[in-house]
Order: sequence, then C-alpha cells, then structure tokens
Amino acid sequence: MANIISEETIEYVGILAKLELSDEEKKQARKDMARMLDYIDQLNELDTEGVEPMSHVFSVENVLRRDVVTGGDMRDALLANAPEEKDGMFVVPRTFE
Amino acid sequence: MKPMDLTAAELGRAIKEKQTTAMEAMQAVFEVIGKREESLNCYVTVDREAAFQRAEEVQKRIDRGELTGPLAGVPVAVKDNLCTKGMRTTCSSRILGNFVPSYTAEAVVKLEEAGAVIIGKTNMDEFAMGSTTETSAFGPTRNPWNEAYVPGGSSGGSAAAVAAGECFMALGSDTGGSIRQPASFCGIVGMKPTYGTVSRYGLIAYGSSLDQIGPLCRDVTDCAAMLEVISSHDAKDSTSIAREDTDFTAALTGDTAGLRIGIPRAYFAEGLAPAVRERVLAAAEVLRERGAIVEEFDLDLVQYAIPAYYTIASAEASSNLERFDGIKYGYRSGETEGLHKMYKKTRSEGFGEEVKRRIMLGSFVLSSGYYDAYYLKALRVKALIRQAFDAAFSAFDLILGPAAPTTAPLLGESLQDPIKMYLGDIYTVAVNLAGLPGITVPCGLDNTGLPVGMQLIGNCFEEKKLLRAAFAYEKARGAFAACREEA
Repeated sequence: MANIISEETIEYVGILAKLELSDEEKKQARKDMARMLDYIDQLNELDTEGVEPMSHVFSVENVLRRDVVTGGDMRDALLANAPEEKDGMFVVPRTFE
Repeated sequence: MKPMDLTAAELGRAIKEKQTTAMEAMQAVFEVIGKREESLNCYVTVDREAAFQRAEEVQKRIDRGELTGPLAGVPVAVKDNLCTKGMRTTCSSRILGNFVPSYTAEAVVKLEEAGAVIIGKTNMDEFAMGSTTETSAFGPTRNPWNEAYVPGGSSGGSAAAVAAGECFMALGSDTGGSIRQPASFCGIVGMKPTYGTVSRYGLIAYGSSLDQIGPLCRDVTDCAAMLEVISSHDAKDSTSIAREDTDFTAALTGDTAGLRIGIPRAYFAEGLAPAVRERVLAAAEVLRERGAIVEEFDLDLVQYAIPAYYTIASAEASSNLERFDGIKYGYRSGETEGLHKMYKKTRSEGFGEEVKRRIMLGSFVLSSGYYDAYYLKALRVKALIRQAFDAAFSAFDLILGPAAPTTAPLLGESLQDPIKMYLGDIYTVAVNLAGLPGITVPCGLDNTGLPVGMQLIGNCFEEKKLLRAAFAYEKARGAFAACREEA
C-alpha cells in the first residue's frame, strides 16, 4: 500500500509540530513521510488483536513525593539563559492586540 | 610511563600508587587533543582551564586519602546531551547553541563524586537522532581509524574521543544503538544498561521510554568500573530502579563455563557484510572454546523492530522537543512578530533536517485519526518483541550477534537516504524496545582496516552475565590494536 501525503496533511502536521516549512521543504517532507509510512505499514502484517499496547517495559507505578521546594532560589541562574528578560521575567512577543 | 598507554582502571591505580598524577593524565589527554581534535572534531566544548583546575583539586583529595575509588583522577568526556552546570550543553543543535545549564545530570554527578575529571562535551547527532554524527550542527566527527569514515552515532564524538585517546572513557546515551554502534565502528567497548539502571535526570530527552545512559571505554574492565559508578537509584527520575547488584566489577571472573549463548539466524541473514559475519562468528567460536554452549536459534519478529522503533521514538521525540520554543533558553529567531510566529520561526531555524523529519513523523503518528493505526500498533508490536526475547531468554543466558550490518560508512554516504540509514539499526533497536542490556566488544578488522564489533545482549538486570562473557572473550582475544598516535 503506497501512502500519499496531501498538502493539507503536511500543513496540519506543520501546525502540530510548530514548524514553518518552505515550499521546497514541504515537497520533500511529503515524499519522506509517505516513504516512511509505507515502511512502517509492514507492522500490519502482524496480528496484534488482543495484545495490550506496551508503553513501558517494567510495570511502573506512580512515584509520589511531598510538594516541597528543594531546589532553592535559582531565579537569576535560570533567567541568565533567557533570550530576553525584564525585571525578573521572561519577555515574549505580543500575544494579543 | 606514558599515561596514554593505560586503560582508565590502570591509570586510576597508577595515580593511587603515585606513579603519575591527575594533572599529568590531563596533560597527556590535551597533547592528543592538540594533535588530533582539529581534524577529528570529537568535542563541541572543551574547557581546558576548568579541567586542569579540577584535576588539581582531585589530586589533592587523592593525596589526602579522601578519594579512593578506581576512577579518581581519570579524565573523562561527556556526551553533549547531558547537562553540566556552568558548561554549555548543546545536543549538537543550533537551538541549544548558547544553553548553559543551571544543574548537572545525575550520571555526571556520580562520575564527579568518584573523582573523574570532565574534559568537555562530545559531539553527537543532533538530539541523538542519527547513526553517523553527521547531523550535528557543529560539523561531523571523523573516525580516528580512518578519517574518511564516520565514527557512527549518535554518540560518535564520545566513541571517537575514547578510540583516539582524547579521553580515557566517556559517557554516551543509547536510544536505538547510539552507544553500541559507534563503539563498534571505533573499535572500543560500549554498553547500554537495563532501562532504569542509570538515572536519566539531566539527560536531554529524545525517546524517554528508550533512552539510557551508558559507558564507552577502552576495555571491558573500564566499562564495568564506569557502570558501577554511574548506576544509582534516583528519586529525581521516576523510571529509576533500585538495584542492589551494581558491583559490576565483581563479574569480571573470566568464567564462561556452561553459559548458554544463542545466535539468532536472522542476525546473520541477507544484508550483513561478509567480513562482519566472519569476525563475529569467529568471536562466538572463541566463547565456545572457553566452555560456553553456543547454538543457533530463531528469534521472532527481527524485521519489525525498526518500523516499531521509529514510530515510537519519533512520537516521543515530537512531544519531548515541544519544549524548545525560544522562550526560556536557547535560540530565538530574530523575527518575533507575534508569539506563534516566533515559535514556528525559532523551531524551523533552530532544528536541523533530520530532527524536523522525526518531529513531523511523530506529530503525525500521534495525531487524531492515526494514533491507533500507528502509535498504538507500534506499542503492541513492542509487546510482541518483548515476548520474543522472553522466549529466547528461557533457553539462553545471552544472545550474540553483530552490532551493525557493516563497518563504518564513508562520510557523506548515509544522509541522502534516511530509510537506508535506519536499516543499519537492525541489531540494536530491539534491545531498547525490550529494555534489555547490551554490550559491544571489538572482535577484528575488516579488509579496509576498520573495526568490527560483536554485540552481546542479556536479559533485564543481567549485566553481570554480559560482562562475564565480554571479559572472557576479551582476555582470549588479547590486546586490540589501538588507533592512538604516539603521544
């Protein structure tokens, strides 16, 4: 089965992935993804009826801890990596008019 | 005595016995770096001044009798996806090109507590996505055995640095073979421990359910010593496992009598380079001669591991890499008209081609309408693959095969055809899907003089059996030719 990835699908994936692609990149991405899905489709040869999806190899239980501060005040160290900061806050572009 | 001729364990002993010092060892490393780093490009960041300063501090603590472990004073390298406080950590990506962490990864903390001295951060495929170290935003690393070839990946910088003598040992991470395959291509020992053995705290995540940190070393003894130091139960990693059997060096007995070793027929089928087949089977013969019971068997589902792996790893990557948005750290695009536009521009300019390809695939397989058909299907296949290994380990102690179908490819040969590159992961990815430990040990050279690696796979928590067999093989094999230049 050959997959065909439409322009709309790549647009949608671009929105989900928060990526902006040039027309050339979109063309390549459609081709790459179709080929990869063709390859992945061979999993359909396997009957997995009744098999539980295994997200984790070992049975994991919730690991709980008390909600207390342990890391101390690292504000300045964390802000030092910010692309833009002002008065102890991260600056972001305008989000609404 | 030349420090560079020693393994890490031997160096640690020599320092303890006052035959050399941590500073002399660091000096020897920097002599090699001076000669070879410009062409090999093993490191993204080297902090010479801090390395010597720390070597001096460690030496003082050794002299005072405060540091007595086997790695005290040993210069080590750390893959650049492990956070190091105050030292730039890039994941070999433009998007983290200027990121300086405010904390240190737990595995690195453990190394520092043991007195190992960090030299710098090693090059890798961007966000550990790749098999050649060519997707790095800081240029490819070259294979020290022959600089026309890649070192493998994604921990290619760590593997090349160990092989060339630009460090004594290194940390890597392995999501689908990223320690074992470059170790094989560079003629060194590399190990991926059982999932949960080494804390992932401070490891910048790629596929969280598959990622595991492990050692890249000159020999099996160093590998056991390093694993012993970095294994820990860590409350900061909720998948970390409390283990009591982490005295891995105790497994280096050389005894293989009665060990049942299975060779999957499918691991020696079409697509395997003849030289690799021959060297790996010869290594199996060595283990048989030393008392192991070696038999062929049929491991099920081998060909389904790669499609299942790339579905799951890409899905997890698309979620894990969502956090790189240009707000709190890392690269931000100059074009910042509106928040959403800024996110998109930042990520499109900050990520390389292979990373974008996997984020898009991952976003697609997780999207409404495709989640069941792709993502859940892959998780069901993962359960079947785990069952296939369970069946294998009911008959065998260990599984033996190649680490990769070929020796190292030429630079520039792999990236044009992603699927072809992914197929090179056939012997390594299933180990990550099933959470198993695996080790690669050099077992010969091909006709062009490039190293071939044998891979041993164990059941969960059976690192000691792996190390036992690997150590016995290594002893029987004798010294493996080094590619280090005379320092």
